[in-house]
Amino acid sequence: MSTTEARVSSFLRHWEASTEAPAWLRDLKSRAVASVEAHGFPTTKNEDWHFTSPAPITEAAFDPMRASTTAPTAADLAAVAFVPDAWPTLVFVNGRHAPHLSRVRGLPDGVRVMSLASAWHEEPTLVERHLGRHARFEEQALAFTALNTAWMQDGAFVSVPANVTVAEPIHLLFVTDAQGAGGMAHPRNLLVVGTHARVTVVEQYVTTSDSGYLTNSVTEAAVGDGATLTHHKLQREGRQAFHVGHIEATLGRDSHYVSFAFSTGAALARSNIYTALAGEGCGATLNGLYMLGGSQVSDHQTRIEHAQPNCYSREHYKGVLDDASHGVFNGKVYVHAIAQKTDGKQTNNTLLLSPDARIDTKPQLEIFADDVKCTHGATVGQLDDRMAFYLKSRGIGAAAARQLLTYAFAADVIETIELEPLRVELERLALERFVA
Amino acid sequence: MSSAIDALVAREYQYGFTTDIESDTIPPGLSEDTVRLISAKKEEPAFLLEWRLKAFRRWQQMTEPHWPNVSYTPIDYQATSYYSSPRTKKPLGSLDELDPKIKETYDKLGIPLHEQKLLAGVAVDAVFDSVSVGTTYKEELKKHGVIFCSFGEAVREHPELIERYLGSVVPYSDNFFAALNSAVFSDGSFVYIPKGVRCPMELSTYFRINAADTGQFERTLIVADEGAYVSYLEGCTAPKRSTNQLHAAVVEIVALDRATVKYSTVQNWYAGDEEGRGGIYNFVTKRGKAMTDAKISWTQVETGSAITWKYPSVILQGDNATGEFYSVAVVNNRQQADTGTKMIHIGRNTKSNIVSKGISAGKGQNSYRGQVKVLPKAEGARNYTQCDSMLIGNACGAHTFPYIEAQNNTAIIEHEASTSKIGEDQIFYLKQRGLSAEHAVSMIVSGFCREVFKELPMEFALEAQQLLGISLEGSVG
Repeated sequence: MSTTEARVSSFLRHWEASTEAPAWLRDLKSRAVASVEAHGFPTTKNEDWHFTSPAPITEAAFDPMRASTTAPTAADLAAVAFVPDAWPTLVFVNGRHAPHLSRVRGLPDGVRVMSLASAWHEEPTLVERHLGRHARFEEQALAFTALNTAWMQDGAFVSVPANVTVAEPIHLLFVTDAQGAGGMAHPRNLLVVGTHARVTVVEQYVTTSDSGYLTNSVTEAAVGDGATLTHHKLQREGRQAFHVGHIEATLGRDSHYVSFAFSTGAALARSNIYTALAGEGCGATLNGLYMLGGSQVSDHQTRIEHAQPNCYSREHYKGVLDDASHGVFNGKVYVHAIAQKTDGKQTNNTLLLSPDARIDTKPQLEIFADDVKCTHGATVGQLDDRMAFYLKSRGIGAAAARQLLTYAFAADVIETIELEPLRVELERLALERFVA
Repeated sequence: MSSAIDALVAREYQYGFTTDIESDTIPPGLSEDTVRLISAKKEEPAFLLEWRLKAFRRWQQMTEPHWPNVSYTPIDYQATSYYSSPRTKKPLGSLDELDPKIKETYDKLGIPLHEQKLLAGVAVDAVFDSVSVGTTYKEELKKHGVIFCSFGEAVREHPELIERYLGSVVPYSDNFFAALNSAVFSDGSFVYIPKGVRCPMELSTYFRINAADTGQFERTLIVADEGAYVSYLEGCTAPKRSTNQLHAAVVEIVALDRATVKYSTVQNWYAGDEEGRGGIYNFVTKRGKAMTDAKISWTQVETGSAITWKYPSVILQGDNATGEFYSVAVVNNRQQADTGTKMIHIGRNTKSNIVSKGISAGKGQNSYRGQVKVLPKAEGARNYTQCDSMLIGNACGAHTFPYIEAQNNTAIIEHEASTSKIGEDQIFYLKQRGLSAEHAVSMIVSGFCREVFKELPMEFALEAQQLLGISLEGSVG
């Protein structure tokens, strides 16, 4: 991977020469480059990458992704993505903001939704206060986050001032078209939610081609005291593509962070969702569903850090694995010594539909406080014969019963999504997939 | 409540005495010559020396693993003596000729070596530092064709069995500490149960480290031939010393078709003082291989050692094989334990059951690390895992690292874990029924461990209960 590391260095020098970026940003980027240079990229010897080899990504020589000259039309997008008209939407094509496809209007006063490239100039104070402050990268396991930090140019910026509730979800849509083939994009998003504010953000990754490329995204979220951020991620990249995504949220006192990760795309996908429960009485709900087929590999890593007392966390991830697909789930819960009265619950259920499918799951608890209630559970199995028998006894054929039960398994976790249009869409996707 | 718990956690280690005895201890240091010297002292056949040397050469190329969730001062492998035995003038004709001081030691430990006084129906092999000093009930066992003797004796009397099974479950190249053990192991126990024989009594080995600055590297090999049954117990203690001593043992179990082996351990090595000075580093490799319809069951009660690092495992090789793991691990003061199991499902319809109870008190750190692996051919594999942790006091930690790897879609795997403290409401309830806080805590703790204790043979279960009380003394605050 020395070639990529070398390219990161040369890119940074080129960038430094060509920009008048402030000193803090130069410093952040050079720390990121230094981290990639010092640690290199992880292999399966790294505990956090034990079950998923990043070699297919690190050994492929991706170039910076080319801009699209024939940007997709709204109709192209509607064919591959879920694009409700009512949602304020920022569209990025091949890692770059596409203003003509984006529409942001009707937002309450003070709510800022723009590209990060614009935010450098328009909201320099907020950007400086938060960018690179939440997503850590100085370790080998997080080399891709470091790569993004070194290389970031554009992405979404969302800021909601105190006490404001945003009614419609803010939609961030990342599209790679055929011209992005062989390229790598590093979208960088920043979500800043003020005290007692409420907002829903939907991040969606799709493609209009079936070529190979790498999306290496990082989203940082700062959730203010008493605020609620609902943050959904739909990863529907192409079957040849690679996706590495890192989400890291810092929660203030009595705040809530609600996340749903839906993953069906990419040849190899890695999704980190890290939350730091940094204020007393706050809580995180992390749910997710992965539906894989072919030889897809999808790896979800969640980390919930209980750093303050009286916080809760709820986590439920489900997977349906078909063909020779490989799913990985690693859920870490850390409870610091001062985080008394922590209430944590974590569950991972995986359904293996085919003899060649494979799951590696590692629900992990690290607890340093005594007055806590933490549980985790994991199951792996196939459809329950007794349930299939019951349905058969009610006159439903074996094939239909199987489809129905598989759908029900997946729908169970989809139903936790409060955002109705999204819930309906994901139910439709699951139904389409399992009920032929 | 706190004072009662405190009182419970602070009782002293009562096996910390030393026996003043002349011993034959080789100088510290480790080289090929040390390996040759140990082998020569034991008058071993050439195949065994060769095997030791292969292990030693492999060990030299290996690096000490640091992935367990424990921290300790580095071990100087050249500062330890690899062989120490009580000095005897001539080979012992019978147990009655055993040095009275050694006998006294075992009496003090509650393990009398006089057969008539023995716990009824338990045969004991007593290992003192590096050598086995005596085995009881040998004649009785011989009548059933059961071989139960020290490892050294087995090498002399039954070399064909040793050559066939040694390293067949834990190869010398398995891991750093197993390789070290393979190179320098001094003694241990050997058990062979012939086809279709149900061993008429419990077999037991009692390990005692006495000499200072020595390491204990024993090796236990249990072979249960087709349809055989044996229940085996292991106990251990060491004197209180301010330096750390290394204990790197290997236990191998071979359960052939339809055989059942039950292995129980009550581990009570010296755990170091309140500040974490001294104590045994217990780095042990235990593994069994279960063939068709065979069953291997591990039960362990881990209360001692400064650092425990062990994962009794079962390779479920044959169809319908069963593996079980029941564990209670207690850490207090500055003890650290990283323990758990591995269940490797290879055969069809293999079953495994894991129940792990971790109790952390004082500044102790307790980790459960377990792996359940279902390989592609293991049709119909079934696993159930339950691991519960209890925290007593706010300076300790409880950690869980389960690895679940399924490569067969007919596998059914369930894993459940919980962590909680002793409930104030539970203690309050028992107190208002007239129990003291201390009794209440010990009742709650033994209730928490009941599922594991019921797997232990009767005498051990009683000992384990008492031990638990002792190791937790003073921790309830």
